[in-house]
Amino acid sequence: MSSRRTEGVPGAELREERGPVLRKGVGVPTSGWFDPRGRGLGGFAFAANRVTGLGLVVYLYLHLGVLSLLLRGEQAWNDFLALATTTVFLGLDVLLLIGILYHGLNGVRVALVGTGVVPDRQKALWWALGVIGTMLLVYSVLHIFEEV
Amino acid sequence: MTTDTTTHQANAEAPAAVEAIGTRTFRVHRFKRGGGAPRFEEFANVPVGPATTVLEALRWIRVHLDPSLALRHSCFHASCGTCGLQVNGREVLGCVAPVGELGPVITVEPIANIPVLVDVVVDMTEFYARLPEQHPYVRASEALPEATAPADIGGFERYEDCIECGLCLSACPVSATSDGYVGPAALAAGQRLLEEPRGVDPRTILDWADDPLGAWRCHAAFECTEVCPSGVHPAERIMSLRGELVSGRIRNDREETQA
Repeated sequence: MSSRRTEGVPGAELREERGPVLRKGVGVPTSGWFDPRGRGLGGFAFAANRVTGLGLVVYLYLHLGVLSLLLRGEQAWNDFLALATTTVFLGLDVLLLIGILYHGLNGVRVALVGTGVVPDRQKALWWALGVIGTMLLVYSVLHIFEEV
Repeated sequence: MTTDTTTHQANAEAPAAVEAIGTRTFRVHRFKRGGGAPRFEEFANVPVGPATTVLEALRWIRVHLDPSLALRHSCFHASCGTCGLQVNGREVLGCVAPVGELGPVITVEPIANIPVLVDVVVDMTEFYARLPEQHPYVRASEALPEATAPADIGGFERYEDCIECGLCLSACPVSATSDGYVGPAALAAGQRLLEEPRGVDPRTILDWADDPLGAWRCHAAFECTEVCPSGVHPAERIMSLRGELVSGRIRNDREETQA
């Protein structure tokens, strides 16, 4: 491992003398990864993966919060179940499912491409897994709403 | 960056470089050392022809509207890699980017994630510093026996198809938030060395790339490949490099298990 690199880019200590570093994005430097201008399929896939990943992390904490209702007794849990079976709430379930399917299947794509198994097939994999994901989504949505 | 703009109007007497078919407005990033914060300046009524490129339009602006506009270019045919720019947010070589497809107002900025030297020109020192130290100079078969490198450089560098324009570094969403990431061009150069080591020990290249800020920092967005004007396919090369690293580890694990 190069200790030189982990200490920073060579010459980076002179940046202030050289000039400002232009960043993409919407004003905040850390938003550069999200700049949609001119992005290709891989760029959008990467950004969507981050967005769904953040969404799933938020969901995880919401889920733990909901489970904590069990500590409040049977009535609190039954009240939540009544809410969870409304059409609007089931719609949120579909949104969650989209996030899970996208993040999971894109993870399979990135793993296959990123470990050198198929390094030059990222677009074909995106579409192929997209078809599989869409089929799973349609099946799941029909199943979720079949008794509504 | 501030959004204050100064507008320059081309007058009707300013000659067009070619037979103009229309005009465009250019929003150009300006920065001079000691001249305050970066800003945009507008240049209106810039005449363009059917095949006018962004670089040609910028040169027209410099000649007819503002001689202080700093540009860097050389070959005019996508070979030297010096005129890399962001045009409407997308990385292009100005010399081969047609103006006609870019709309009535065209925003021109320097490439991102590397220090701006002046106006739309960046300082490439960091870019070159990222390349693997083991990268060889011109092949022995290509060097004339009587040829010697100038005293102030180490040798004649050659990176095959890569023209070292830096567009990949600018487009990379990981480089946008991680200055320490070695970047697509350097990793692609490393993978090229694995393909044809030219006397370099491949293990040193793999060791160099096997770093959290090396091949493993790439998030497979493939933007480098999208913008590369030379068909280097940096992302695919990084993925191949990872493949070598993964298979190397599996081999090592097997050998350790058997031993």
